[in-house]
Amino acid sequence: MNATVVRLAFRSMFGRRRAILLCVLALVLLAVAVLVRVLAGESTSDASVVLFEIGLVLIVPLVALIAGTGVIAPEIDDGSIVYLLAKPISRYVIVISKLAVAVTCSLVFGALTMLAPGLILDPSYTELWLGSGVGALTAGVVYSAIFLMLSIATRHAVVWGLIYVLIWEGLLGGLLSGVRWVSVAQWASAITDEIAASSRLDPRLSVVYAIVVAVVVLVLATWFAGFRLRSFHLTGEE
Amino acid sequence: MSELELQQVSRWYGHVVAVNGVSMTIGPGVTGLLGPNGAGKSTLIAMMSGFLAPSAGSVTLDGQPIWRNDGLYRQIGLVPEREAVFEHLTGRQFVVAMAELHGLSSPGQAAAHAIATVEMHEAQDRRISTYSKGMRQRIKMAQALVHDPAVLLLDEPFNGMDPRQRMHLMELLREMGQQGRTVLFSSHILEEVEQVARHIEVVVAGRHAASGDFGAIRRLMTDRPNRYVIRSSDDRRLAAALIADESARAVSLRSNGDGIDVEAVDFGRFSWVLPRLTRENDIRLLEVSATDESLESVFSYLISS
Repeated sequence: MNATVVRLAFRSMFGRRRAILLCVLALVLLAVAVLVRVLAGESTSDASVVLFEIGLVLIVPLVALIAGTGVIAPEIDDGSIVYLLAKPISRYVIVISKLAVAVTCSLVFGALTMLAPGLILDPSYTELWLGSGVGALTAGVVYSAIFLMLSIATRHAVVWGLIYVLIWEGLLGGLLSGVRWVSVAQWASAITDEIAASSRLDPRLSVVYAIVVAVVVLVLATWFAGFRLRSFHLTGEE
Repeated sequence: MSELELQQVSRWYGHVVAVNGVSMTIGPGVTGLLGPNGAGKSTLIAMMSGFLAPSAGSVTLDGQPIWRNDGLYRQIGLVPEREAVFEHLTGRQFVVAMAELHGLSSPGQAAAHAIATVEMHEAQDRRISTYSKGMRQRIKMAQALVHDPAVLLLDEPFNGMDPRQRMHLMELLREMGQQGRTVLFSSHILEEVEQVARHIEVVVAGRHAASGDFGAIRRLMTDRPNRYVIRSSDDRRLAAALIADESARAVSLRSNGDGIDVEAVDFGRFSWVLPRLTRENDIRLLEVSATDESLESVFSYLISS
């Protein structure tokens, strides 16, 4: 990891409108939890719905999408990435440093925020909100690596990311049971349920599978991002 | 003393050939890479700076391949053509960060020296987003110099600079060359290259058109046949007088009867003889316009010679 790359990435993230978007997403999740609590009272089943359907399937991936693409895509688009790459630093180190920043954003705006709905909706059920936080962190790390890799591999990372989050996981994930094998949200849900010692979050995957596949995807996405960055092409304006 | 070497380098994108079989050696001193827009200059600089793999041939720095060789960036300073820099940083923060990325022991000191070299100390604490185009070029130059590289590559560095800034950068490049650095800059403007580099490499349509001392290439450029359209009070008589002189190789009456096309082979003599002939023949000149003054035509001539 390179401290200067990390510092520049943080400044880049929070010097732009992305930071506001991240705050808005976190606030949306909190607002929904408060609203449900006010309307329906204390409820474990409502907490589960808010945590999974809104938190894991929507807010966490969107936070990771903003963070994972935001740490590198704008620099690739405007060409300023060249100032990082024209240095005697391994491209893998650059990727890992950027990923660390994206994961930190996912932790703060995704995982930590995910503790709140459980606390608001079912405060006595400690394992539930703790499990939600760990599940959200796992999802945040894997999503960040995937979206960072997409940012380097394609100029349309945000579009592909949205298609994956909204259509694959959000829409098809609810209709087709097979999707769960290749759904980051479902892997995170399996981990959450294991910690919560409950099947109320409806996990249909074994936690071992979820952990193994999450680690494999994280490693592969990070490696591929570094590999693609090694072949980064710069062309002028002619 | 570092030497960049390109051997039979080609680069293509699908069916489009951007650079075709270019071989050149860039040694210490200032070298100008001259060519019209779209000639392949940026593609060549991208390959020399390790940001593009050649489709064929080799690009090396002191014998080491540049592509995927991160360690070589200790020796290379790059000033890219694109303007975007880290807009949210101040000039000083940017150059210090670049010094840190090079792993320098005193990044602050190195940055201060580089900023002073490009005379940006007054604006160094302003955000780069507030900089003019010329100031951006200078801060880009500072980050390229911060690690004291042996090789400096600049892609169209004079774009957007006002005359004073341009003169200053030219002076800076001359100094870098005199210090024994290998400096290569690209430009599509003849006069810019002329003022800085004695050695030039000319590329046209992806091909290496000429190489060598600027004076010799400049003479080739000015001595090439020039085409003019001339309108006068008596085109036919002027045509006869011109073809009788050795400065013109071909003269023809235009099909619409308005003026004559002239191909002059000796620009110096032609520019002197034309007014004399019109005066002696009592012909009034109405219009003299060059029809092939574009750089492309100049470069095309260079290729054919």
